[in-house]
Amino acid sequence: MIVNRKPLTFWERLYLPAIVGGFKVTLKHAYATLFQGKVVTMEYPEQKWAVPPDYRGAPYLVKDQEGNTKCVSCQLCEFVCPPKAIRITPPGPTGKQADRTNAEKMPAEFEINMLRCIYCGFCQEVCPEEAIFLQKDYSLVGSSREEMIYNKEKLLALGGVSPGIQKWKLKLEEAKAQESFPVKL
Amino acid sequence: MSTAATTETKPAPTAIEKIKVKVDGREIEVPRLIADWSGKLTPTTMIQACELAKTEVPHYCYHPKLPVVGNCRMCLVEYGMPALGPDRKPVLNSDGTPKIAKMPRPAISCATPISPGMEIYTTTPAVKQMREGVLESLLINHPLDCPICDQAGECKLQEYSVDYGQSASRFVETKVHKPKAVDLGPRIMLDAERCILCTRCIRFTKDIAGDDALGIINRGSYNTIATFPGMPFDNNYTLNTVDICPVGALTSKDFRFKMRVWFLKETKSVCTSCATGCNVLIGSREDKIQRYTPRENDAVNGPWMCDAGRLNYKWIGRDDRLKDVLVRGQKTTWTAALNEISDKLKKSQAGSVAIVASARQTNEELWLISKLKSKLGAISDSVARVGESDKLLVSADKNPNTNGARLTGICFSEIGTSLPQIANGIASGKIKTLIVFGEDVTKHGIGADLLGKLDNLIVSDILPNATTKLAHYILPGCAHAEKRGSFTNTKGRVQKFMKAVEAPGDARAEWEFLHDLVFNVTGQDGFVTIEGLFNAMAADVSAFNGLTWATLGDTGVTVKI
Repeated sequence: MIVNRKPLTFWERLYLPAIVGGFKVTLKHAYATLFQGKVVTMEYPEQKWAVPPDYRGAPYLVKDQEGNTKCVSCQLCEFVCPPKAIRITPPGPTGKQADRTNAEKMPAEFEINMLRCIYCGFCQEVCPEEAIFLQKDYSLVGSSREEMIYNKEKLLALGGVSPGIQKWKLKLEEAKAQESFPVKL
Repeated sequence: MSTAATTETKPAPTAIEKIKVKVDGREIEVPRLIADWSGKLTPTTMIQACELAKTEVPHYCYHPKLPVVGNCRMCLVEYGMPALGPDRKPVLNSDGTPKIAKMPRPAISCATPISPGMEIYTTTPAVKQMREGVLESLLINHPLDCPICDQAGECKLQEYSVDYGQSASRFVETKVHKPKAVDLGPRIMLDAERCILCTRCIRFTKDIAGDDALGIINRGSYNTIATFPGMPFDNNYTLNTVDICPVGALTSKDFRFKMRVWFLKETKSVCTSCATGCNVLIGSREDKIQRYTPRENDAVNGPWMCDAGRLNYKWIGRDDRLKDVLVRGQKTTWTAALNEISDKLKKSQAGSVAIVASARQTNEELWLISKLKSKLGAISDSVARVGESDKLLVSADKNPNTNGARLTGICFSEIGTSLPQIANGIASGKIKTLIVFGEDVTKHGIGADLLGKLDNLIVSDILPNATTKLAHYILPGCAHAEKRGSFTNTKGRVQKFMKAVEAPGDARAEWEFLHDLVFNVTGQDGFVTIEGLFNAMAADVSAFNGLTWATLGDTGVTVKI
């Protein structure tokens, strides 16, 4: 398809009216900033931005109210992660026991490559254990690529505590309550 | 004992009458009798007719290779039969077709035989409701711990819940809790809560493995799979129960918490632990083998395999694998090493070269070695490995390709008989060059003192041993999981296998460098791909005549041995 360019009118070919219009906008904003105190920029990093509550920042692992790792190494986040930023090493048959008695497993290692992460939030969305959340950090820095791969220890330290319903504990309590049933193994 | 162990194609069965049934309105012809789990001809059931009609009927307890018990009720279908009048003649509709009387109650399709004119309905509202009901009942006490369950991703309870179940649970009471992580045997872990009591494992171990080890104890909601007290579930086929368990109740201790199944790349391969050559799927992720699972091939192993073969993969990823091409201890390139070896072989006198090949090598590699052998006038043999056999799958011959070595002329029908002759040849100084593939000859009559007398000791192997220590040339080879090729099993079944993982370091598939070596020494060329190589071999070796790489298919072809 060929679109014919409309020829400029005489008024447009003068240029000056457009320049004057531009200056009008510039000067209006200059006046508002200098004399009316309507500042639109920020003195970053001395000044910090108030992060909105539903902001999607860096994903970190969280612990439950008893300080246990919530992640059970189901690897759904690793699977769903579009840029393949997450890398989980499962415990395997001989790995360390989970922090919580009934949860049976937790990751031997959990790495997020923050250079790859696109902050999409799929990991938080897919997590069946509410163990990973996109938090408020938006300015991650490091002096090497390796430093930007956050390991399990670092992710848990940054993630903090997120209380939940503790379903594995509830299950264990239910099971214990049933041990006094007449039928025993 | 199942049909699984019989390799020979059965004699042509006498013509079985075909009968016509309708599955969801589509008429198909099915045989009146069909072989059951034991190979005996039994009346065809509705679920088998549905399978032949490519209509899926969900099921838990039914397994084509196990006796039918009909306890899970998941395969309930509705059906109708041609109505009969008082004169015992079919009642006809006005258009002349037989009138179908729909049965008032559903039937389990796994245990109900078909009859002529029967109509099976698998999609009626009632069938859908029944499936929802069965699933709801199964899920009442199911723990729903999918995030920590190894079966997640290949769990029939998950799959059918998505396909046929309800989206929400109505169950508000407390679930019954049963023992978790029960140590059932050396290789099996039981989670009793997850069990749906289909009894597949009980039937497998009793009827197929012949070890009546498992049973159900307790009553009602407390039903639990268990062994006899103090008797662990330990036979050579226990891990098959993990495969057939539709849920995560029985899990493999070896694979436990190792990797989620959806990450596994599945490669069609063949087990190399004995001459049976069970078909396997290699589950690997990023060049690391995670597990073997059997791949169904009724001509070889059925859907089963032994535990010993299944767990025999860990050596492939060992750290001490041979990774470098070494010439007298110095690291070099393949081209340099192969050129040097070719020059030496070309200059060697007839009769001064001996070859010890391995019956663990592929048909193609053994054939290439036989080309070298005839050009050099060499003497060759291989090494026998004998162990215990059993009634089901395990063969006494522990080499996967003894028949391949015989058919390609590497050894005589009695394997290993020429080894003393090679030893004597070296002792007398007649044999100056020894080529060894994948065997530690110091354990088979050619000791370190004899190897020291050689001018050239050319060794290709995967793991270091006493022979590789003395070698002048080390050519690092590949495990079967790292290359393609074919084996001829104990019954003459030629089966191909595919590459699952990359070889470490400079290690290269033996057939690749053997091809270069054969080309350098004999000038023969024209088979730089495994397909071309196999086809060239098939044209040359009389037993393989007429075979091509493509016609081998996934399950192989039986040749006369």
